[in-house]
Amino acid sequence: MAGPVLEMRSIVKTFPGVKALSDVTLTVQQGEVHAICGENGAGKSTLMKVLSGVHPHGTYEGDILFEGEVCEFKDIRASEHHGIVIIHQELALSPYLSLAENIFLGNEHAKGGFIDWRETLRHATELLRRVGLSDHPETRVADIGVGKQQLVEIAKALSKKVKLLILDEPTAALNDEDSGKLLDLILELKKQGITSIIISHKLNEIRKVADSVTIIRDGKSIETLDVKAPDTTEDRIISGMVGRDLDHRFPERTPHEPETGAAPALEIRNWTVHHPIDHQRKVVDDVSINVRRGEIVGIAGLMGAGRTELAMSVFGRTYGLYGTGTVLKDGKEIRTKTVSEAVGHGIAYVTEDRKHYGLNLIDTINRNISLTALSKVAKRGVVDEHEERQVAERFRKSMNIKAPTVFEPVGKLSGGNQQKVVLSKWIFAGPDVLILDEPTRGIDVGAKYEIYTVIDQLAAEGKAVVFISSELPELLGMCDRIYTMAAGRLTAEFPRAEATQESLMRQMTKDKEVTR
Amino acid sequence: MSTELTAKSPAPAPPGGTRSGAGGGLLQLMLDGLRRNMRQYGMLLALGLIVALFAIWTDGDLLLPRNVSNLVLQNSYILILAIGMMLVIIAGHIDLSVGSLTAFVGAFAAVLTVQHHISWPVAVVLCLLAGAVAGAAQGYFIAYLGIPSFIVTLAGMLVFRGVTEILLEGQTLGPFPEGLQKMGNGFLPEVGPTTNYHNITLLLGFGLIAFIVLQEVRDRKRQQEFALDVVPRNIFLLKIVAMVSAILVVTLLLASYKGAPIILLVLGALVVGYGYVMRNAIFGRHIYAIGGNLPAAKLSGVKDKKVTFLVFVNMGVLAALAGLAIAARLNAASPKAGLNYELEAIASAFIGGASSSGGVGTVLGAIIGGLVLGVLNNGMNLLSVGTDWQQVIKGMALLAAVGFDVWNKRKGVS
Repeated sequence: MAGPVLEMRSIVKTFPGVKALSDVTLTVQQGEVHAICGENGAGKSTLMKVLSGVHPHGTYEGDILFEGEVCEFKDIRASEHHGIVIIHQELALSPYLSLAENIFLGNEHAKGGFIDWRETLRHATELLRRVGLSDHPETRVADIGVGKQQLVEIAKALSKKVKLLILDEPTAALNDEDSGKLLDLILELKKQGITSIIISHKLNEIRKVADSVTIIRDGKSIETLDVKAPDTTEDRIISGMVGRDLDHRFPERTPHEPETGAAPALEIRNWTVHHPIDHQRKVVDDVSINVRRGEIVGIAGLMGAGRTELAMSVFGRTYGLYGTGTVLKDGKEIRTKTVSEAVGHGIAYVTEDRKHYGLNLIDTINRNISLTALSKVAKRGVVDEHEERQVAERFRKSMNIKAPTVFEPVGKLSGGNQQKVVLSKWIFAGPDVLILDEPTRGIDVGAKYEIYTVIDQLAAEGKAVVFISSELPELLGMCDRIYTMAAGRLTAEFPRAEATQESLMRQMTKDKEVTR
Repeated sequence: MSTELTAKSPAPAPPGGTRSGAGGGLLQLMLDGLRRNMRQYGMLLALGLIVALFAIWTDGDLLLPRNVSNLVLQNSYILILAIGMMLVIIAGHIDLSVGSLTAFVGAFAAVLTVQHHISWPVAVVLCLLAGAVAGAAQGYFIAYLGIPSFIVTLAGMLVFRGVTEILLEGQTLGPFPEGLQKMGNGFLPEVGPTTNYHNITLLLGFGLIAFIVLQEVRDRKRQQEFALDVVPRNIFLLKIVAMVSAILVVTLLLASYKGAPIILLVLGALVVGYGYVMRNAIFGRHIYAIGGNLPAAKLSGVKDKKVTFLVFVNMGVLAALAGLAIAARLNAASPKAGLNYELEAIASAFIGGASSSGGVGTVLGAIIGGLVLGVLNNGMNLLSVGTDWQQVIKGMALLAAVGFDVWNKRKGVS
């Protein structure tokens, strides 16, 4: 370790009306992997935007020292010139251009304004190999998976002779396998002398790759911990992030005693769904599950296991080509061919992708909440705005949605508050069965706890809850029963008492190679 | 520019006096409302400014009763189209065919009444039906077959124009029966004692004022019933006084000439009706929902295809209505009628606050946008500015309005 490569001293960044960063100091050692963690809205992304020149010099206070010299970046190009490259959470690749074209976009190998294809392809192949990709450089980005796209982003960074690589929640959209590969690559790059800053929510990831972690809370840097030190536990990091001891990450639940007499609230039998484009492929293959009133049933699986596809195809055939299978509500067979039918039978599906499938971001909180059940606040096709507003106010209080008024556009809220709006919307629809798809994805620890409490309460009120999640601790902490899925098929069913992370993971990875 | 920025920055801080209890929250509420509707308030201000400027430049000619009456007659059809276009744009689509469709409906009306001597009320109904069918045809391709609206309505634009020329064999066809002419040119009939004003128009104006005041008071009462925050009393009064005086001025201006044009009543009914539907009806909400985020609307159980289809049917009916108004006003059907009207309607919607990605906009906004263009047209005509320069200036006005909005939003974000 040759001393600090980067020092950010007392950074203060103010937006009109808000102080996003009030005093952040960050020291990154040469050649280390430095994690930054903090709740959503703590200021992590803003800090990285200050560092990479998105917020140019002069719009913030404080000093940035890179490789010992004071830097005053006026834009991203300036910071990239020094070897600081940021990879944003939302990938910035052009889908219909090739891998090679993307890698050198804005930085082309050219002679007199014309692209030198021979050198482009040669160099691209070399860079792709360095990040562990064997795809042809002329493949279109749209034709490779998200996991590989993330690696292409890193190849692009390498082409800019990166010294300090910043990754903003790089594994948020990746499955465990791809995440693992990516983390290995970060460690590999570390050996080659590239320093990395990784912003992450996932504490196990931080433990795996990071050397030190800086915790940011409310725009201030709280502390920097040595990850390898024995007293740096996950609970230690979490308490730093939220500023309080978090003994219980999940609300206290008394395990549900299934009433064996009554029929399950929702039962899905022998459900098969084909891929919408590749008709031969079974995305969901002969799956049967059930959930009783007052019960929380988890579905665990890696990405591509078919959990979302199962839920969406049951919910109004909103995914894929229907194969075979029946849906029973309280023991009676029902039709769920359209969303209205599904909602009419008391089924709600809360999507994993709230921004694209859950909310109208440009519209207000009250109008988002009322959308699925407008007739409840309307008479003869006419909405009673006052009643609608009152409903929204009620949810704002009961769900603790942090917004000045219910007329705030949803797009301005933080992820956790957006998720509360989506939940409110579906609770307002008054369903008997709620299918929650990754309800805590991308939201901070405090908001997660609040959402767990809401879910618990829903079950206590006698609703049947299907809980789809990639976070095993969450499933173990919340569910009465857990199903596991792998490659479209149901692989196991565990009562809460018998499930462990290891046993679940074993079933989630079962038969994967055979079916592929 | 920089001085403006610094001058504005302290504005969000509440003034010292209103810090007591709920006062701050209310002020915040109002400021938020103001900021959210910046485009519309801005445009209303711009409209006022344009009216004032042209009134000065034309030595008051712009505000002569006769000219105000003309302004209404000249722009009514664009405003009717703008209402429909606003719905189409909010739903995330575009309709390029409305100009041709108005010409087609005009020709159809002429063929029915002039060549086949069908009574005009029957012809009006048939024309509106024809508009609905044309809209339904385009809506079917867009909603159910998933062909982009730009393509479908571009095709429609060519087809309807062509059919118009076929129907009319390239000639103009007229004159129309008197009843139909009245729809474009007519005024309300006069009854009662001779005053210096048009009695019915005055009565209607007063009736409208009474209705609005009653509505606002009732609305405020309902809000209080639901224990929601309401706007402070004096602001509420100010708003009512402003609305009442605006209506009063227009009423007096119109009443001191020939009275209210019939088409203005039609237009007024459309504005109130559509404004209400877009704000309060489930159908209106669903239009905003599919324009704002189509996949989310689908997953919320909104019947997106049906809504899209109906939006285009509605556009067809309104285009037919506008087509009748144009034909009636010119007292002849012409193959070149309604040329470029689709562009005026689209411009009105965008000046009035629509977003090209959908999900945003109000009926009132479309009217304000249409009036901005209308007053520009009328004022420049009075100043005898050539059509060449008129187009340049209108183009700049569109760019400036939308540019201002984009700039304003960006300022809000960064």
